[in-house]
Amino acid sequence: MGDFRAGERVRVRAGDPAGHTRVPRYVRGQVGRIVESQGRWALADEVAAGVAEPRVEAVYTVAFAARDLWGEGDHEVTVDLWESYIERARRAEA
Amino acid sequence: MSEGHPSTPVAARVRRLEERLIEARVVEETQLDAALAAMLQGASPLNGARIVARAWADEDFRRRLLADANAVLPEIGLSMAGGIQEQRLKVVENTEAAHNVIVCTLCSCYPIGLLGPSPSWYKSEAYRARVVREPRAVLAEFGLELPEDTAITVWDSSAESRYLVLPRRPEGTGEMSEPELAALVTREGLIGTAAV
Repeated sequence: MGDFRAGERVRVRAGDPAGHTRVPRYVRGQVGRIVESQGRWALADEVAAGVAEPRVEAVYTVAFAARDLWGEGDHEVTVDLWESYIERARRAEA
Repeated sequence: MSEGHPSTPVAARVRRLEERLIEARVVEETQLDAALAAMLQGASPLNGARIVARAWADEDFRRRLLADANAVLPEIGLSMAGGIQEQRLKVVENTEAAHNVIVCTLCSCYPIGLLGPSPSWYKSEAYRARVVREPRAVLAEFGLELPEDTAITVWDSSAESRYLVLPRRPEGTGEMSEPELAALVTREGLIGTAAV
């Protein structure tokens, strides 16, 4: 189902792709917590670009603390992210 | 088609997009009409309300619904397979300590089959931008004042998943039948901007 497990800390890759992506700007570069895997789906960026056989990847629900995103707030925001959008957070970030 | 959309500029943009797709021979007008009719057939918040009422009345159904909603919807004659591919449904449960609210910040992802066409405010840039940042204030503007110690989770549905909130069962409803319970549930309750 993919490499990440519930509770693991991941960082969202900070790139700014030219075409369609499903990485909202407000989580780019941010560290969050894996909530669960949603199963595997075709990578939206490649589907939108018309790639004949788009990569199929694990999609994860990732929770972010509002304070990390906005500098304030005590709620959490979850975002659905494909595996190639995220990487394991370094120990110091977790 | 897009007549009757509450936002005239959005309706005009949708129509222009439809015309370009038709000009490019990606789709024919009749196919578009058929696809929209199929998607909207039976699409109603009554479906979501039935899911909630069954979950309130049947503890085993509730537990399995929260674990894998797609697997249990057929038990009450519903499914998430109405579109091009089956979408995943994730049901998130409100409790005394925790409240959930749904948004799609990138576009307007929403379980149309279970909730009917989405309200215009759900698609508005103001709701999408603000609810992730200050949900407590936005919910208060909807008339939902949550206690300070209620933990809020905002679910940004930006993949092939759709989300549905399972509201808390109101007090004093112990004797109600499932249809009576379903009648208590609102579309806003299923999005998380109302309590029920």
